[in-house]
Amino acid sequence: MTEIREAAKGARAACIVGLGESEYRRWGGFTDRSELELACEAIKLAVSDAGLTLSDIDGLSSYAGDANEPSYIQDVLGLPELRFTSMVWGGGGTGSCGPLLHAALAVESGVANAVVVFRALCQGQSRRYGQFNPARPGNNFIAPFGMFSPPNMIAPLIQRYMHEFGIRQEHLGEVAVSNRANAARNPRAVMGQRPLDMETYLASRIIASPLRLYDCCQENDGACAVVITRMERARDLPRRPVRIIAAAQGTNAGWGTGALGAHNMPVEEYGVGNGGKVAKELFAAAGLAPSDIDVAQIYDHFSGLVLMSLENYGFCEKGGAGDFVEKGNIRWDGGSLPINTSGGHLSEAYIHGMNLVVEGARQMRGESTSQVDEAKLCLVTGGLAGPPTSAAILGAA
Amino acid sequence: MAYFSNDLPGPVPGLDDREFWEQCQQRRLMFQRCIDCGKVRHPPAPGCKACGSFESDCVEAGDDAELFSYTVVHHAAHEAVRGSVPYNIAIVRYPALDDVRIVSNVIDVASDDLRIGMPLSLVWEKAGNGLLVPRYSRAVGK
Repeated sequence: MTEIREAAKGARAACIVGLGESEYRRWGGFTDRSELELACEAIKLAVSDAGLTLSDIDGLSSYAGDANEPSYIQDVLGLPELRFTSMVWGGGGTGSCGPLLHAALAVESGVANAVVVFRALCQGQSRRYGQFNPARPGNNFIAPFGMFSPPNMIAPLIQRYMHEFGIRQEHLGEVAVSNRANAARNPRAVMGQRPLDMETYLASRIIASPLRLYDCCQENDGACAVVITRMERARDLPRRPVRIIAAAQGTNAGWGTGALGAHNMPVEEYGVGNGGKVAKELFAAAGLAPSDIDVAQIYDHFSGLVLMSLENYGFCEKGGAGDFVEKGNIRWDGGSLPINTSGGHLSEAYIHGMNLVVEGARQMRGESTSQVDEAKLCLVTGGLAGPPTSAAILGAA
Repeated sequence: MAYFSNDLPGPVPGLDDREFWEQCQQRRLMFQRCIDCGKVRHPPAPGCKACGSFESDCVEAGDDAELFSYTVVHHAAHEAVRGSVPYNIAIVRYPALDDVRIVSNVIDVASDDLRIGMPLSLVWEKAGNGLLVPRYSRAVGK
């Protein structure tokens, strides 16, 4: 195996030591507890899982404009010291792995000792992400033309991608069917009790062509959190630490708001995606290659963008993802790169990528309901097509 | 008949895009062009993403529009389009203007007849708030 540069940081290297999740429900599912309470519940569970107390937590980081500001959380949980807080800007879960970078920098530098990365999302208490958002900047160039929702915005990219590279509907469907099969083993998965086969997928209604119902992620309510501290501290804690080998955020240049805006990203990257730069920097920082990765949690807002991500992160050639998934490579049972082992956004829940981070860490602790045998390295990605994008490589200790 | 109902949100011009919409009201589709490097851009912005210059003028779209990509929307994500589904959203490209693209609609082509690469002609329609917005029709004689 290639050299892992994170090892040079030794005892100061950042690692994930605790995981916490609320229950996941469909959007509108929580009428008895506020989003803030769910955020704090997930944080409390993660701190308890880590074997720490709330007074150990001195940093909070989130993304996507999470409404639960650290000052509110500090008061609800009675945190005595908050030395570090940060936010990754950008729509949706595009920045979901960015806070891992922030938290790692904070604990490795000594600015903070234990940082919680969290995301709480109650679409029933704020707004549905699948409906028109009148506050979106740039609406002038999309709303008068009937472009309102993420499926409306992403569908033309996938249409172009399929046109350029001969990707078929069944290739998109394989992502949906594979994710659903993983969800069936996961009791937390909102769609876990609803089997999905290719025939049902192909017969499902069209949302915005070429996207069918099962190509689009769910809309959910829930919260999750992870605790990050230094390896020297983790050695005395109960859980097997999960190494943050590398994390990166950014985008290919010239994407602006990408598919969430006026669609004027570089023309040659329109049906390709904006993750190439982050992928290159991530693997360089880790001193690893895509072939080293054992399991991946690929941000699945839409099935077709999972295919593009597989190409952006170097698991197959540009345009090669259809063939890659058709050969069974992403399946948990026998695939070369099992992905979205919790069921992902399509079938577990859509908590803006944070639940993918949790599942990535679970794989590295050996605790997934679809555990990949001997998995030592997990790629987690955040977003694609609406900048920024972000990703992390997690490692088993 | 207009492509959408009058309940659809129309553009609400702001400081960065009011010139664009003012030109539209004169039935002229004008894109910003960087004076320093010549790069054409859309949507209107204070600076050039190729070189960072704040200096710009405008260039008028020609008749070489083509369908770059599209989607046919079946699920309404806004009350105002419940009666319009299925409708298309077109990504229209101007190859002669640095491949600048505009999000719009093709108003006279059936969903099944849309083809990536098909030539299109600019037409003007009033949005619900009375402002003219650019839409497209099948290019005749091409």
